[in-house]
Amino acid sequence: MKAEINEQILLQGLVNNDSKAIESIYKDNYNMIQAFILNNNGSYDDARDIFQEAMITLYEKAKSESFVLTCQIKTYIYSVCRRLWLKRLQQMGKYRSAGENLEETVPVEEDLEIHEKRNAEFAIMERAMGSLGEPCKSLLDAYYIQKKGMTEIASEFGYTNADNAKNQKYKCLMRLKKLFFAQYNIGE
Amino acid sequence: MEDILLLETIERYLNGNMLPEEKTYFEQLRKNTPEIDQMVVEHKLFLQQMDHFSEQKNLRDTLNEAHHNLVEKGVVHEGGEISTKGKVVQLWDRYKRVTAIAASIAGITALVISGLVSYYTPSANNNQITQLSHDLTQVKKAQQELGQQLNEVDSKIPKDAEAITSGSAFLIDGKGYLVTNAHVLKGSGAVVVNSKGQEFNAKIINIDNISDIAILKIQDDDYKSVSSLPYSIKKSSVDLGEELFTLGYPREQIVYNMGYLSSATGHNGDTSSCQISLNANPGNSGGPVFNKNGEIIGILSTKEKYAEGVVFAIKSQGIYKLVDELRESDTAVQKIKMPVTSSIKNKTRVEQIKEVADCVYLVKAYTQK
Repeated sequence: MKAEINEQILLQGLVNNDSKAIESIYKDNYNMIQAFILNNNGSYDDARDIFQEAMITLYEKAKSESFVLTCQIKTYIYSVCRRLWLKRLQQMGKYRSAGENLEETVPVEEDLEIHEKRNAEFAIMERAMGSLGEPCKSLLDAYYIQKKGMTEIASEFGYTNADNAKNQKYKCLMRLKKLFFAQYNIGE
Repeated sequence: MEDILLLETIERYLNGNMLPEEKTYFEQLRKNTPEIDQMVVEHKLFLQQMDHFSEQKNLRDTLNEAHHNLVEKGVVHEGGEISTKGKVVQLWDRYKRVTAIAASIAGITALVISGLVSYYTPSANNNQITQLSHDLTQVKKAQQELGQQLNEVDSKIPKDAEAITSGSAFLIDGKGYLVTNAHVLKGSGAVVVNSKGQEFNAKIINIDNISDIAILKIQDDDYKSVSSLPYSIKKSSVDLGEELFTLGYPREQIVYNMGYLSSATGHNGDTSSCQISLNANPGNSGGPVFNKNGEIIGILSTKEKYAEGVVFAIKSQGIYKLVDELRESDTAVQKIKMPVTSSIKNKTRVEQIKEVADCVYLVKAYTQK
């Protein structure tokens, strides 16, 4: 019972992007995943990638309103990592039927589908932001990601007043939207 | 300008920052103007995407930070063998930091060493020689540290005098005439000590700084003159490669060393001296150089400063030259009769040394304070 409550607290922390909770989950699970990846033709970088993907999947799941975690965090992360890694191995053509070990896993296909879609969207946005150039990139980053106020941004970027900053932000936003939707609609 | 206002309004509407009346008005506007409605929907989608993007980006940052922290704390270890990368790449990845550190240490060391070497190495043409006389104050100090041996000896150096240099000397006449290097006698007086440790007062008869030869005469009641010296002093020159040996006082005890004639001329082509390959140390200055027949062929005087085993000796002809010159003016020198035959020619080296050692003296020069 106590462990369950603990896990709930950790997940709440993950949703709130609390670095302590995240580090705690990381600490408890990472070495297991690293061992799994390394034992299955992976590198340290692969382990890191896969584990972080799983953390993001867990985050997305924990954030959704209908969220109920039916198993331990450990089991969930392991299941996601296993799924992701086997898939990646398959893509690289290195897949050796790794299904023989019967570890405890939970079905995560649905979550992964959502995650993949999100990932694709993330990549599109990242690319769009990347091709914006400065100062648009920093300006939009400050407003939409760091959620800073317009007055603060104006003084930080050296605009004489918030209105001018707003004007610039509008132009940048229009460009970003154009870039984003051009990619996004193709994806659709 | 209107577009900016419109977009701002849409953002305010979507973020729920509108007052109720304004909101109803805006919703009415949406219903009546399909363009605005479409903009709202589109922007909503975009803002959602933006939100997701920012959430994920922040999460990824936190994750990377956590990873980095754990690696630093040593909870997560990165550094094993299994990797999809090639072995060499793997090794490089694993050891690149170590390699970088090692390389920089090696680089620094190389720089330091080359710096030191260039600092201590003279330019090639600037060969230097050192005189093989001893700086006595240092020796004495060292010996005092070792024990009190030196103090126990009842020295004939006057109490108020300070010994400066020491070297070696050898008899050229049994009556007590000795030859040494001029550079050994840096002082106003000298005492000589024989191989048994007996001290005698000596008078400096002549110092010739040009040829670097000096003549001393023992003037001491304790001294018993030797009727004939076992060795002779060679008038002719020696051949390259001839085996040579020397006796001298690089320390308080007599020390034997052997070598061979390596060049007929001395430092910078000096024809009055020759080059010998043997080990000599400060204190050997003024010592005799014998050939295997027991003939003195030279006076050990200097050595190459930056090369081992390169030693120079003044040729024995120099002694004859100096003595002949002095005979004309100095009556004391006129009495000198130099030995012309060696009596140890066919003896073993050990026997030769035994006989010769008695005629080789330690010279201590002092200055009156």
